[in-house]
Amino acid sequence: MRALETILTEKGYVDPKALDAIIEAYETRIGPHNGAKAVAKAWVDPAYRQALLADATKAVGSLGFASRVGDHLVAVENTPQQHNMIVCTLCSCYPWEVLGLPPTWYKSAPYRSRTVIDPRGVLKDFGVTLPAETEIRVWDSTAETRFIVLPMRPAGTEGWSEDKLAELVTRDSMIGTGLPKAPGAAS
Amino acid sequence: MNGIHDMGGMEGFGPVKPEPNEPPFHSAWEGRALAMNRALGYAKIWNIDKSRAKIEEMPPHDYLTKTYYEKWAQRLEQLLVEYGYIGEDEVKAGHSLRPGKPVPRFLPAADVNKALSRGSYSREPTGPARFKAGDRVRTRNIHPHTHTRLPRYARDKAGVVECVRGFHVFPDSVAIGQGENPQWLYTVLFDARELWGDAADPKLKISIEAWDPYLEPA
Repeated sequence: MRALETILTEKGYVDPKALDAIIEAYETRIGPHNGAKAVAKAWVDPAYRQALLADATKAVGSLGFASRVGDHLVAVENTPQQHNMIVCTLCSCYPWEVLGLPPTWYKSAPYRSRTVIDPRGVLKDFGVTLPAETEIRVWDSTAETRFIVLPMRPAGTEGWSEDKLAELVTRDSMIGTGLPKAPGAAS
Repeated sequence: MNGIHDMGGMEGFGPVKPEPNEPPFHSAWEGRALAMNRALGYAKIWNIDKSRAKIEEMPPHDYLTKTYYEKWAQRLEQLLVEYGYIGEDEVKAGHSLRPGKPVPRFLPAADVNKALSRGSYSREPTGPARFKAGDRVRTRNIHPHTHTRLPRYARDKAGVVECVRGFHVFPDSVAIGQGENPQWLYTVLFDARELWGDAADPKLKISIEAWDPYLEPA
């Protein structure tokens, strides 16, 4: 890897300082805390929730994150009737701008192969069991459309601030392989 | 192509293994590999579908055993050689043996935020969409030997158009140098039993994003 970077730098194709800055951005600024902020805002602000579901690109864009959201972000809402899960069976498409780098498991063969045929089995691997009557909807990210799950707000959080709610929103809850933390749960 | 990358519905890979508190990178070189891919993606020498196709062309054994960033690094090296930006001799030597050629769009450190933003893949429509939400469609039974984004598990299946997403760059064309050839893009919804047979979970639905040429009316 160092040899390739040496060649590319010597040939003037990359600026090592630019590479440092890209790494720094993904290590610090671009991560699931961005998506969590949008989710928490949707939980407390019905107008924002509507805006997010109508046009997530615009609604998330208005929050001013470091990495501008691509044009094709779609938020899908969990309800007591329907649970959403996001996958990319063909490669590893993932909403980087709102969730950061995809976790290794998201890019792995087990997740990419099984989610479309046995999502309840995949959920079990994450320790999640949903009622049998809950419909599961799997979104295969086969185009440049990117999806983020708007999970259900946990009970017992009435009156909580956006910041406090955002701490309950896990990365996995925005992919659909997890649920938000319960209030009072250890982080 | 009907490659190993097209994994939807396969079994036998074992359980999903979540890693608690996973760091962004497991070692420093992974960050360098990602950043170089980002910087040279920004350079516009190739397009995103061309780079996906390059990984899909890996022998299945390599695809399954190399890590994600190992594949990214190998892909980058191969693309740079293919487009004549570096030579095999330079890869072997580990340093440059001759001056580089101009990059269409160089990424200076000051412009890194631009490389962190995704571009738009929607284009000005040249005509109306063939389908609307609610239309019944059947995916085509196609097996191109080149890049496609219609997964095998969803070919020749009956579904319903749920949403018209817009008029988007067509990967099957742009990946093989035939231009963007934009097409209408739809979310198409399938009942699990249509994809996986009568024994499938009756409470499961799966959608793909499908370009117009993947579909016919049903």
